[in-house]
Amino acid sequence: MSAPPATADGTGRTGPHRVAWLRYARITAAVLAALTGWQLLAQYRVNLWLRFAQFPTVAETAREFARRLGTATYWQDVSDSLTRIVGGFLLAAVLGIAIGTALARSPVVSDLFGPLLEVLRPIPAIALVPVAILLFPSNEQGIVFITFTAAFFPVTVSTRHAVRALTPVWEEAVRTMGGGRWRVLRSVVLPGALPGILGGLSVGIGVSWICVISAEMISGEYGVGYRTWQDYTIVDYPGVFVGMATIGLLGRLTSTAVELLGRRLTRWLPRTARGQGATAGGRARWRTARTAVGEPS
Amino acid sequence: MTRTETGTDIETAPAAPERAPAPGLQLTLSDAVLGRPGAPVLDQVDLDVAAGEILTVVGPSGCGKSTLLRTLAGLLPLLGGRLAQDGAPVAGPAAERALVFQEDALLPWRSLRANVELPLAIRGVARARRRALAEEWLARVGLTEHAARLPHQVSGGQRQRTQLARALAGRPRAVLMDEPFGALDAQTRAGMQQLLVTALSGTRATVVFVTHDVDEALFLGDRVALLGTGRVLDVPRPRLRGAHTDPATLALRREVLASLDGRPGS
Repeated sequence: MSAPPATADGTGRTGPHRVAWLRYARITAAVLAALTGWQLLAQYRVNLWLRFAQFPTVAETAREFARRLGTATYWQDVSDSLTRIVGGFLLAAVLGIAIGTALARSPVVSDLFGPLLEVLRPIPAIALVPVAILLFPSNEQGIVFITFTAAFFPVTVSTRHAVRALTPVWEEAVRTMGGGRWRVLRSVVLPGALPGILGGLSVGIGVSWICVISAEMISGEYGVGYRTWQDYTIVDYPGVFVGMATIGLLGRLTSTAVELLGRRLTRWLPRTARGQGATAGGRARWRTARTAVGEPS
Repeated sequence: MTRTETGTDIETAPAAPERAPAPGLQLTLSDAVLGRPGAPVLDQVDLDVAAGEILTVVGPSGCGKSTLLRTLAGLLPLLGGRLAQDGAPVAGPAAERALVFQEDALLPWRSLRANVELPLAIRGVARARRRALAEEWLARVGLTEHAARLPHQVSGGQRQRTQLARALAGRPRAVLMDEPFGALDAQTRAGMQQLLVTALSGTRATVVFVTHDVDEALFLGDRVALLGTGRVLDVPRPRLRGAHTDPATLALRREVLASLDGRPGS
């Protein structure tokens, strides 16, 4: 983020600097090792118990990737998939937070909808494809529905949990200031439950990707999942790998967006309680190293 | 009549932000049963708090002091009997009866200033005005330079001072305080008691202050109620720190301690 602080010895080869440098070196080495392994296995058509003979090499995949980046179809696929996931996920976020909160705070809502949701929850979203086909006039809406269902349950469950776990005295304080239901909701429940809700959103965006790709493979027109399956059926293996790489990159992009939004919204959390995610964990260690250097010995 | 104080360094205290303080509430509990539904804690409670007075309530831990205050605040419904303010029955919490909690009740995601602004925002005070008022109140409790900090970035004493500022910023007509200094060390505690007296000067609010510390009760109270014994004692003024050496106060202190000890073990 910000530049490391200047050091006493002025060499620039400071603790935090070295730690950051080491981390990037390790990350790069790991990625390179994986790519090299893939390249060698595919290039020499290794057929032990696992069979790599049909695998495209890294070079072939990269060439295909570069070619596709120049085609309109590729971008059409990407934008279709993104539209579906953003639509389904946002819908799930809004409804999940609303219903999760209602379930936690209203015994009536909890009685009416709680058991129903508990029965629906274990059904994998992808198993709802037949239902989606029956329900919706177009494939497009069906895919968004599947994506929505995938993210809806993690968001709802984590919201309900977070709202139930709120410190009661916060609400009492606002009520003794004359705050009503909406004020309590706005000033206590939502901000207080936000850290927990964000956990659900993180899980939700991940599951959404799984489901949007699967749904596209089954019933899509356009979309990264559709394309990947299409390439498989016409035996275009480099194309399949380009599809997988695209899914990986887009998935990473969206979960990073959720993560960053979350970190921005929960800046008030004390440092030690923050950063449970993998990236955040790394950053916390980074910070520790910096503090240690700053102290006089 | 505005409350005036004769304690130490009151004269140097800044004037209260309010121009025209609202009169204190008169609170009456009669033949009341207090507690959570199905689990009564206190029975046959009769308590009369005069408008504008400081009533301190003493009792050992676990005798229902918090229950009493939460009931007065309107957070707990009565299981029996009546609660009235200025003669009219009380139903539910309201801004005119502010509660200062024993536990940390600041919203951790709001800065100290934003916490103090909250009751003003609920009352519909415009943004610029409530910001100015919040800063005035934070100045009165000596936290001007911490206004932008988050609660976890300041000490426990500073958090309780913020809670006090937050409670008073809403211009309540009664302030209910539940062992607000209970978790603080003795030094901070003495400072907080003085600060409370200072902060209350210029308001006419009625105060019900619950504590298990007899000296604190005698220092702050106009009257001291002994919970569980049904007795209420008048405390001589002025509130001076050295009042413990005064024979009348010492006698009172002995009386309070004897009353509390005399209770059947709880």
